[in-house]
Amino acid sequence: MTITTTVNGVEHTVDVPPAASLLTLLRDELGLTGSKNACEQGECGSCSVWLDGELVCACLVAAVQADGRTVRTVEDLGGADRLHPVQEAFVAAGAVQCGFCTPGFVVAVADLLECDPHPSDDAIREALAGNLCRCTGYSKIVAAVHLAEGTAA
Amino acid sequence: MTVLTRRGRVGESATRVDGVPKVTGEYMYGSDLHAEHLLWGVTVRSPHASARICRIDVAGAARAAGVACVLTAADLPAARTFGLEFADQPVFADGVVRYSGEPVAVVAAETLEQAQLGADLVSVEYEPLPAVTDMEQALRPDAPLVHELGNVLRHVHIRHGDGADADAEVWVDGYYETAMQDQAALGPEGGLAVPAADGSVDLYVATQWLHVDRQQIALCLGLPEEMLRITLAGVGGAFGSREDIHMQIHACLLALRTGRPVKIVYGREESFHGHVHRHPSRSWIRYGAMRDGRIVAADVRLLLDGGAYASSSGPVLGNAATFAAGPYEVPNVLVEATVVYTNNPPCGAMRGFGAPQVCFAYESAMDELAAKLGFDPLELRLRNAVRTGSVLPTGQVLEGPAPVREVVERCRAVPVPPEEPREGRDAIAYPGGAGNVGRGEALKRGVGYAVGFKNVAYSEGFDDAAEATVTLRPSAEGPVAVIRTAAVDYGQGLYTVLAQIARTELDVDEVVFEPSSTDSGSAGSTSASRQTTMSGGAVLGACREIREALVGGQLEEAISRTFTYHHRPTTGLDEEGQGRPHVSFSFAAVRAVVEVDEELGLVRVVQLAAAQDAGRVINPQGAEGQVEGAAAMGLGLALTEEIQLADGAIRNASFTDYLIPTILDVPPIVSEFVEEPEPDAPYGVKGIGELATVAVTPAVVAALRAATGRALNRAPVRPDDLVGIEPSLRTSGRPPVPDVPGQRPIPEYHGLGLGQQQLMKARE
Repeated sequence: MTITTTVNGVEHTVDVPPAASLLTLLRDELGLTGSKNACEQGECGSCSVWLDGELVCACLVAAVQADGRTVRTVEDLGGADRLHPVQEAFVAAGAVQCGFCTPGFVVAVADLLECDPHPSDDAIREALAGNLCRCTGYSKIVAAVHLAEGTAA
Repeated sequence: MTVLTRRGRVGESATRVDGVPKVTGEYMYGSDLHAEHLLWGVTVRSPHASARICRIDVAGAARAAGVACVLTAADLPAARTFGLEFADQPVFADGVVRYSGEPVAVVAAETLEQAQLGADLVSVEYEPLPAVTDMEQALRPDAPLVHELGNVLRHVHIRHGDGADADAEVWVDGYYETAMQDQAALGPEGGLAVPAADGSVDLYVATQWLHVDRQQIALCLGLPEEMLRITLAGVGGAFGSREDIHMQIHACLLALRTGRPVKIVYGREESFHGHVHRHPSRSWIRYGAMRDGRIVAADVRLLLDGGAYASSSGPVLGNAATFAAGPYEVPNVLVEATVVYTNNPPCGAMRGFGAPQVCFAYESAMDELAAKLGFDPLELRLRNAVRTGSVLPTGQVLEGPAPVREVVERCRAVPVPPEEPREGRDAIAYPGGAGNVGRGEALKRGVGYAVGFKNVAYSEGFDDAAEATVTLRPSAEGPVAVIRTAAVDYGQGLYTVLAQIARTELDVDEVVFEPSSTDSGSAGSTSASRQTTMSGGAVLGACREIREALVGGQLEEAISRTFTYHHRPTTGLDEEGQGRPHVSFSFAAVRAVVEVDEELGLVRVVQLAAAQDAGRVINPQGAEGQVEGAAAMGLGLALTEEIQLADGAIRNASFTDYLIPTILDVPPIVSEFVEEPEPDAPYGVKGIGELATVAVTPAVVAALRAATGRALNRAPVRPDDLVGIEPSLRTSGRPPVPDVPGQRPIPEYHGLGLGQQQLMKARE
C-alpha cells in the first residue's frame, strides 16, 4: 500500500508491503542504513528512531504506521562535520567499539538527555536497558552520557 | 572539536580512527551493502540433527515469483566441503545432515521476501537417523558415527613428572560443566558477492581473516585464488564467530551462476544457526597438595563437544589441555583431553578459545583445595603461582614475565564497594531489578576471586605471520603515513593502535588506511589476542625500515616498505604432550562482588575488578574497553548465557531467549594493568582482548558460592541452582580415554586437507 511519511524532514510517498517494518522501509527503500537490524524483535535497540518525537524500535513499527507521521533517524542528528554532542561524547569516551549498536545508543541517549539533562547512573542504566551492546561492557557508554550531559539538550 | 584531533601516539588514549563514521551511522557493515540490481539470497536449513536426505525438489521454488536461482549439493562446481582446519563441512548437505540448521539449499530472488517464500517452497524429504546429542554418548562403543572416521575429533595426552601418581597429603576431586555459549555479535553475518565479466568475483564481507576465507571459498568455486577478491566490509563484532565460512560460498556461487550481485544477510535466528559456538565442557579435576599448601599433582579429564564439524576444535582442545592445570607450578600432571564429534551445532572459536572452560574447573577446584587446607584462597594461589622460569605441564619454560603475584595484589587492592542498606533502595538496585518482588529481605553478599591465563597468537608450530605495508608521502600539510593491511578490526581498535604506532615511529600526525583486502598479503586472523603483537609488529617493522631509508635525507617522494612479522617459533606436542606449544602468556586476576536474593535465586553483580598483565598498554582507553567488554562476556557465561538444545536443535535462537547482559546486569568494572614488557614483542606488548572473559566466569561463581554456601559446579548458574531446587551436577565417572593414533586431530590421520596450516606453509 502507498504511504506518505516525512523522514528527516523529507516527505516520501512510497509503496510498502503490508508486512514491512519501518526499519525495512528506512534501510531497504530509503537507503538510511544508520538504523541497524540486529534482533528483529525489539530486544536490542539498534534500530532506535523517533516517530512523531517518541523513541521507538523501528523493527516493531509497521511501515504503514508511519503514514502521515514524522520519523527522525540517527542520520538527522549530525554528520561528520557537525557531530551532535552525544555523538561527540561517544567518540571521546571510547564508548564505540564495533559500533553496530552505536547509532541506536546515540539516539536513545539523545532522547534521554532531552527529558533528563542530568541523569544519575541508575537513571542512565534504566533508560538504556533496552539497548544491547556486546563489545563495551557499558562502562564507557555511561561515561559518554555524563560527558554529553548539559550540552545535548 | 577536540575529539577529532586526539591523534595520540603509543601509550596515549588516541581517538578511534573509525569513531566518527560509526556514531553518525555512515559506517557500512556487511548487512548495509548495496549494489544495483542485486538479488537476495536465503538459505534452506535442516530441521533435523541427523537425517538422510531422500529427495530434494526445487521445482516449486524455481517457478516462484522473483526467484532467479536455486542451488543444492547437486549444483556444486568443484570442492564440496570446506573447513578452517579440515575440509569436513559440506557447502550444502550432501546426502546426509549432521546438525539442525545445516544448509541444504540456497535461493536467490529479486526481493528478500521472494527469496524467503522461495526457500519455503524447496521441498526436502528427510529420513531421520539416530543422533549423537551428548558428548559422553559420543564415546560409547554403540554410539552412531557422526563421521565415518569416528566420533573422536582429537585427543591430547599430557604427562609431566609422575602424572597423577604423586604422593599428596590432601586431594580434592571435582566435576565441573560449562554450557554452550554464543558470541552474539550485534552485527549479523552479511556480505555481497559481485560477479565480473571475466568470470571472477568480488566479495565484500564481514569476516576475521580474509585470506583463509579466500582459500576455502576459491576451492569450492573452482576458481584460482586470484579470481576471487575479498574486501572487508564493516564488521559488527565477531569474538570468534566469523573465523568460519558462513554465507560467503553461497553468495559467490549464486553470483557466478546468475551473473548478478547477490546479498545474503542472516537475521538473528539464522545467525545462531550460521556460526560456531563456544564448546560446552565437562571437566573431572583432581588436585593433590601437601598440608603446607604446595600443590604436587593435577589430574584432569576434559571433554569438549565439538558438534558436527571440525572447525577449530583441534586447536581449541590444544589450548584447553595445555592450560588445564592452571597458572600454577605443578610438578606432576596428567591431562587426558578429548573433543568429540556430535550431532549438535558445530563449535569453534570464541573469545578465550578453550581457556575459559578449564579456568572454571581449575579455579573452582583451587577454592575447594583452599577450603580443605584451611588456606586463604588467594594465598594458596600465590603459594603456587608460576613465575618466569617455571616449567609448565608441557615442559615449556615460561620465558617472558609472569606477574601473577602482581595482578593478584593489584586486584586485591581495588576497594570493595561498601555494603548498601538492604531496605529502601531504588527497585533496580536489587537482584533481578524492578522485576524482583522482594525488597532486601533475603540478600546475601559474596566475594570471589579467580586467576586465569591465556596464550598470545597461534600455537603448536603454526607460523601465523602478518604482513603490512606502510607508505610515507609528503603533502602540503606535512608527511602522511598510509597503512595497507589485510588485518581485520572488528571493533577492538586495531586500526587505532596501528595508527598510533605509525605516528610514533614516523613522527607524523596524519595516518590513512587503505581498505583491507586480499590485494595485500595475509595478516593472519584477528583472534588469539594476536593482532597488536603481529600486525603491530609488521607496521613497526615497516616504519623502522622507512626511517632507516630516510636517514640523513629529506622526504621528497613517497617511500614504501612492506614488512612481515613472525612470532617466536613454537612446536607441536610429542606423544607425552611435551613441547613448546605457545608463544607467550598473559595472566589476570579478577574479583567479583555479588548479591544474591536467596529466596528468589536472583543475582546482582555489584562490582568486577580485573587486573591484567598487558606487557605494555598502547592505548589505555582502548585497553580498558577490552577488559570491560571481555568481563561482560564472562559475566554472561556465569549467569545467563546458554544455548539450550533439545535433540540437537537450538531452542533459544533469539535475543528474547538467549540472554546477553544488559546495562542493568553489568556493574562498574575496575580495570588495572600490570606492565612488564614481553621480550622481543613490539613495545613489549601482550594480548589483552580475551583474558577477562577467562577469569570473570569462575570469579562470579566463586562469589555466588561464598554468598550461598552452595557447591555450584556448572556455568551458567541458574536461579534454581541458587535456591537449591536443582542439586549440583553429579557424574557417573570419568569417560574412557579413547584409543587414538597420536596427538594430532584425527582427520589429519585420514588425510583431510590442512586449512589454515596449508595457507601458512604456502607462504614459506
